[in-house]
Amino acid sequence: MTRLVSKTPEGPLADKWTNYKSKVNLVAPNNKRRIDVIVVGSGLAGASAAATMGELGYNVKCFCFQDSPRRAHSIAAQGGINAAKNYQNDGDSVYRLFYDTIKGGDYRSRESNVHRLAEASVQIIDQCAAQGVPFAREYGGLLANRSFGGVQVSRTFYARGQTGQQLLIGAYSALSRQIAAGTVEMYNRHEMLDVVVVDGKARGIIARNLVTGEIERHSAHAVVLATGGYGNVFFLSTNAMGSNVTAAWKAHKKGAYFANPCFTQIHPTCIPVSGGFQSKLTLMSESLRNDGRVWVPKRKEDCGKDPLSIKEEDRDYYLERIYPAFGNLVPRDVASRAAKYVCDEGRGVGKTGYAVYLDFSSAIKRLGEDTIRERYGNLFSMYERITDENPYKVPMRIFPAVHYTMGGLWVDYELSTTVPGLYAVGEANFSDHGANRLGASALMQGLADGYFVLPYTIGSYLSGEIRTGEISSDHPAFDKAEQEVKDRLQKLLSIQGDRTVDDFHMALGKIMWDKCGMARNAEGLKQAISEIQALREEFWSNVFIPGDASGTNVELEKAGRVADFLELGELMCRDALDRNESCGGHFREEYRTEEGEAARNDADYTYVAAWEYGGKPNEPNLHKEELVFDNVELKTRSYK
Amino acid sequence: MKFTIKVWRQNGPKDKGRFETYPLDGIDDDMSFLEMIDVLNQNLLTEKKDPVTFDHDCREGICGMCSMYINGTPHGPEKATTTCQLHMRSFKDGDTITIEPWRAKAFPVIKDLMVDRSAFDRIIQAGGYISINTGNAIDANAIPIEKDLSNEAMNAAVCIGCGACVASCKNSSAMLFLSAKVSHLNLLPQGKAEAKRRVNSMMKAHDSEGFGACTNTGACHAVCPKEISLTNIARLNREYIGASLTSEKE
Repeated sequence: MTRLVSKTPEGPLADKWTNYKSKVNLVAPNNKRRIDVIVVGSGLAGASAAATMGELGYNVKCFCFQDSPRRAHSIAAQGGINAAKNYQNDGDSVYRLFYDTIKGGDYRSRESNVHRLAEASVQIIDQCAAQGVPFAREYGGLLANRSFGGVQVSRTFYARGQTGQQLLIGAYSALSRQIAAGTVEMYNRHEMLDVVVVDGKARGIIARNLVTGEIERHSAHAVVLATGGYGNVFFLSTNAMGSNVTAAWKAHKKGAYFANPCFTQIHPTCIPVSGGFQSKLTLMSESLRNDGRVWVPKRKEDCGKDPLSIKEEDRDYYLERIYPAFGNLVPRDVASRAAKYVCDEGRGVGKTGYAVYLDFSSAIKRLGEDTIRERYGNLFSMYERITDENPYKVPMRIFPAVHYTMGGLWVDYELSTTVPGLYAVGEANFSDHGANRLGASALMQGLADGYFVLPYTIGSYLSGEIRTGEISSDHPAFDKAEQEVKDRLQKLLSIQGDRTVDDFHMALGKIMWDKCGMARNAEGLKQAISEIQALREEFWSNVFIPGDASGTNVELEKAGRVADFLELGELMCRDALDRNESCGGHFREEYRTEEGEAARNDADYTYVAAWEYGGKPNEPNLHKEELVFDNVELKTRSYK
Repeated sequence: MKFTIKVWRQNGPKDKGRFETYPLDGIDDDMSFLEMIDVLNQNLLTEKKDPVTFDHDCREGICGMCSMYINGTPHGPEKATTTCQLHMRSFKDGDTITIEPWRAKAFPVIKDLMVDRSAFDRIIQAGGYISINTGNAIDANAIPIEKDLSNEAMNAAVCIGCGACVASCKNSSAMLFLSAKVSHLNLLPQGKAEAKRRVNSMMKAHDSEGFGACTNTGACHAVCPKEISLTNIARLNREYIGASLTSEKE
C-alpha cells in the first residue's frame, strides 16, 4: 500500500508557497528546450498551463477534442472569478478568501493548497487584465466587483455574464501566441484514449485523431491532465455535451488514485427540465442571487397559480427565512437542498412541480430595469429564449442541476498524481474545493493551477529529467497501450446490439441522479451499485455503434466515454457509501442534525478518500489522506 | 409536431455530398433544434443507419461550436440566437427544414454538417493577443480604463468565433470576426503597443486563408448570434489604412 504523501512544505501557512518557490529545483533554459510536456485539455487550466510552459521554453503539445482550443467548457462559466484584491475596502484578504474556501468546502480540503490558491488569486486578475480581458469597470475606470454565495465581501470580478468566455479567450490568446512562436504544438479534434507508463513514469499518451480515426502515439517527459470534471456521468448536467471522464479514468486505471469521487456539486439555479428528450441543463449564474429572491408559495394549493397573482404575504422566501445571515446568498449545496425540500413538500412550481421562483421584481423596483439589464441582460435573454417567458415581468423558474465535480484525481501539493510525471490541474484534480465549491472559484482554481502553480511545481520533477534525453514512442509500453486502445475500439464496434449509446447514458444518469444525487442513503447506494453493474454488463453486450473506426464516428467517441462513466458511476456510489457523514455536496440522509442540516463527522471522516484501481471496476482499494487543520478550527457550517 | 428534414449528407471531405430527406414526428415545441436532431439521430440508429454528424458542445450559446445553415440562414430564423439556442417553437408544424453546413472555401466540410474552422485559429495566432508573459503584469487597477471604452471592447470581445459571418457572406469574408478581435484589443490601452503590427499581420492571415474581401453588405451582422456591430469593420479598415501608411515594416 502506497502511503499518500501530500508533500506540503514545512513552515507557517502563509509562508509555505513563498518558501517552496524559493527552494524548488529549476530547469535551466537550455535544458527546457530538450524537455517535452503534454497537456491534455485546453480550458482555463490546460490553456494557461500550456501557454505558460511554452513561454518558459518547454516543448509543449496540447490536445483538445473540440475543433478549437477556444471552445473548452470553461467558456460557459458565467458569473465571475474571485480574487482577494480587497479593492472594495470591505475587509477582504488572502486569509479570508482561504478561510471562506475551507469553510465553504466543509473542511474537506487541504489547507496548504487552498492558501496557495488564495495567494495566486491576486496575480490572476492582474495577468488577465494585462491580456486585455474586458472586466466590468466603474465610472472611475477601476474594476467592479460583485458578491457571490457563501461570503460576506465583494471579491468577484466579472465580464458581464460571460466571465468564463473572456478568461478563456485570454488564455487561448496566450496559447495562440505560443503556437505561433512554435513552443506549443496544438492538436485539435484529438481525444486522449490512454496514458502510457514506462518504468513507473508517465511518458506519453495514445490519442485518436477524431477526423481521420488514426491512433497516434505522443511521447513526453511529463503529462498534464487538464480534462475537466465528470458531471456528465449524470447524463443531464450543465456540462458541455462532450465533457467526459475518459482521460482521468484511463489515468486512474494506470495507477492514479481517484479522490472523493462522490463530491459533486448540484447548482441551485438552473433552468428546470422540460421534457424527456432534454439533452442538457442550462445554468443561470449564481450572481443572479445577488438581486433575485427565491420563493415558493406558502400553500400547496397556490402552486399552480400565476405567480404575479400570489400576494406578498402568501409567499415563502424560504432562504431568507431559514438563513437570515446569508439569505439568498447561502452556498450552493445549502440552496440546492432547500429547493429540493420545498419541492418534496409539494410546494414546487412549474409543469413538473420541481422548480422554485427566482424573482427580480423588488430589485427592479429598487434599481430600475436598466441596471438589472446591464448586470444580467444576457442571462435574462438566454432564459427567455429557452423558456419563452420574460423574466423582467414574470419570476424565473429554477431548479438544481449537476454542475461541477469537486472530486477528481488525487494530487499532492505539486499537483502530481500518484503516477510520477502525471499531473492533474483544474477541475480534473480534487484539491481545493473540499466537499463543496464556492461560486466563482472554479475559474480561479483553473487559472491559478495553470498560470501560477504547475509551471513552478513541475520543475521539481522535470529537473530530474534533464539527462533522460528524448522519450522514444517505440517502447513496448507504447505498443501495448496502442494495441489495447485499438482492441477496445474494435470490441465496441463488434457488439452491434440494439440499444443506442445515449440510451445507456440516460439510464446511467437516472440511477445516479436518483440514488447518488442531492441526497443519498446506504440502501439506495447499494441498489445503485448493482444496477450500474448490470447496466455495464448489458452495455458490453448490447450497445449499437454504426460504422467503423476510420474517420469521424461520433457514436464511437460517445461509446468510449459512456463505457468509462459506467465504471466511474460505481466508484462514486462506493465512495458515497463509505462516507458515513453528510458534508458539502454529499448529503447522506441518515446523517443529519435535528434541524435537518448536514451532520458532519469530523472524528471519523476528516480524510480524503483516494481510491486505487483494483484491476476490476468493482474492486477498488481505499487509501486515506488524513486532513490536518493547523490554522482553522473545524466548526459546524452555519449560514443562519 | 411533425417535420420533413432535408439535410446535407457528405461522408468525408472527398465525398461529393447530397441532400437526404427524413420525415420526423413527435417533436415537442419546447425542444431545442439540436434536440430535434438528436431525435432524428436516435431514429436513424434504431434503423441501424449512420446518424447525422454535426458540431455542438455547450448547448448554451457560448462555445461557438454549433454551425448549421438552416433554411438558408446561418443559425436559423431567430435573431441573435445560435443553433443550440433555437427552439422548435420557432417553426410551424408540418414545415420542411433544410439544413446545410457552413459553406466557404476556408471551411472545408469534414463530414455532413461538420466543417473545419481552424483557419480562425490561425488568424488569431497571427496577432490576436497582447504579448505578455505570465507573471509580468502590473496591478490590474494601475491603468484605469474609461467605462464606455471598456464596454465597447467587451461588445467586440463577445464574438464566439462560430463563423456564421463567413457562412452568410457572398464573398466568404471573415472581416466581422477579424474586426471584432482587432477592435477588442486595439481599443484597450493594453493593446495599443502592438496595434499596428496586429492589424497588418491578422489581415494578411485572413487573406491567405482564402477568406474573401468585404463589400459591406452587412449580411454578417444580420446573422451574428452575438450581434457584433459593423462599426468594428469600419474601425478595422481605419486601423489597417493607418497601419499601412505609418508602419515602417510589413
